[in-house]
Amino acid sequence: MTFKRKDGRKADEMRPISAKVGVVPNADGSAMYTSGKTIAIAAVYGPKKMHPQHLQNPEKGTLRCNYSMLSFSVSERIRPGPNRRSTEISKITEWALEPVLMINQFPNMVIDVHINIIQADAGTRCAGINAAAMALAHAGIPMRNMISSISAGKLDKTIVLDLDKHEDSEFNEGEGSTDIPMTFTNDGKLTHIQVDGHITKEQLKEAISLAREASKKVYAVQKKALKEVGEQQ
Amino acid sequence: METNFSTTANITGERIKQYLREGKRFDGRDLDEFRELSIKTDVSKNAEGSASVKLGQTEVMVGVKLDVSAPYPDSLDQGNLMVTAELLPLSSPRFESGPPKFEAIELGRVLDRVVRESKFIDLKKLCIKEGEKVWTVFIDIYSINDDGNLLDAAGIGIIAALKTARIPKYDEAKEKVLFGELTDQKIPLSKNIPISITVHKIGDNLIVDPTKEEEDVSDTRITVGSADGIISSMQKGNSIALDVKDLYEALDLIESSYKTLLPKIEKFLK
Repeated sequence: MTFKRKDGRKADEMRPISAKVGVVPNADGSAMYTSGKTIAIAAVYGPKKMHPQHLQNPEKGTLRCNYSMLSFSVSERIRPGPNRRSTEISKITEWALEPVLMINQFPNMVIDVHINIIQADAGTRCAGINAAAMALAHAGIPMRNMISSISAGKLDKTIVLDLDKHEDSEFNEGEGSTDIPMTFTNDGKLTHIQVDGHITKEQLKEAISLAREASKKVYAVQKKALKEVGEQQ
Repeated sequence: METNFSTTANITGERIKQYLREGKRFDGRDLDEFRELSIKTDVSKNAEGSASVKLGQTEVMVGVKLDVSAPYPDSLDQGNLMVTAELLPLSSPRFESGPPKFEAIELGRVLDRVVRESKFIDLKKLCIKEGEKVWTVFIDIYSINDDGNLLDAAGIGIIAALKTARIPKYDEAKEKVLFGELTDQKIPLSKNIPISITVHKIGDNLIVDPTKEEEDVSDTRITVGSADGIISSMQKGNSIALDVKDLYEALDLIESSYKTLLPKIEKFLK
């Protein structure tokens, strides 16, 4: 493939990633995940008793995610507080995490996961999900599996990995840009997928397998960061 | 698993007070001693200026954004200033999502006055066209980990974020701010640096830079914004009366704290 990306990456190349566990001392579990210029932090509080009582579920615990961008994390300031976009991403994050979380062990309880985007350059929901998954593991919440999130996409006719902000919102050559954020369990099941753009079934399959391979690299970084903090304690 | 996070236990409070009477604190500090300070600037690159400040285990993040808008009717030849604070649920088990509560509103407003009343920012120089277009400086404060004294930590964060901020390019013809294209121009700031310093009265003792536990048992507090001996803002918090004598003592403590704190802050901004 000879497709040229503005930042010099190859089509199947993701941005440099890093992770750190234990960034919020007050929390029961916390983590930071960085992908290129995108930085997300997540903190877990709980499991704790759900209040008010009528929200309690005697069958299983409740996962409550809260995704939010700092006002200055983007180039044009956004008003602090929740909006339609952050409300949807919060829910998507819950859906991405719930399949691996052994939440039935915590009837009548709630686990709060707070995700804040410190710096945004696209891929913030993936970074948030990766940080949240690590924070939950750090908090000792039993999980069947780790999950790892990454986006694939299409720029004009080329399938690429991990769109940055320029590619996601300013690229308009040919067929334009398609963004496909995905989240995989480490045995390769999808817990989250979204598509924005236009793409054929065959191309989508290609994008999914590209993202699946990349998710293994994300997993390796998550695992390493969790191991490091485990050794310190 | 069920811990009450909303307050510090009475027995702990009694012990804190007993320690203070002997001139001691749990973490071994003197009564007039701040925790270790560290400042990192440029922590969020889409902001025109940003900083993260740690005082011990307390951490806050402050960002400065600029935009062009109309001036307020009562200050047609001046830029606008807006300071807001959000106590992130991420930063403490005590904070919940939802509309800002009193604590967050007070934090933003007290620090707004520290910046505004000290005339730290020369707002007149931020006027583009009188009566029509001026720069608005947004200062947004976020708590990352609350272990007491968010107020003073955020005050230091504001100084660092403003000092390092750069004004973005403005396309006059299109009337559009070119975000991400920063000029070399800094926000016009006065030489004297206004620092917010809060003194807490616990029992008969005055202390600075309380941890969360100390803050919980504080009877009353006094926050002063001052620069080089000039006091420009003050706020007394909590409903316990303060002897005038204690206030004067607090002012002395604030004056001496300013002198030790200022070089520490400046060290990080060189």
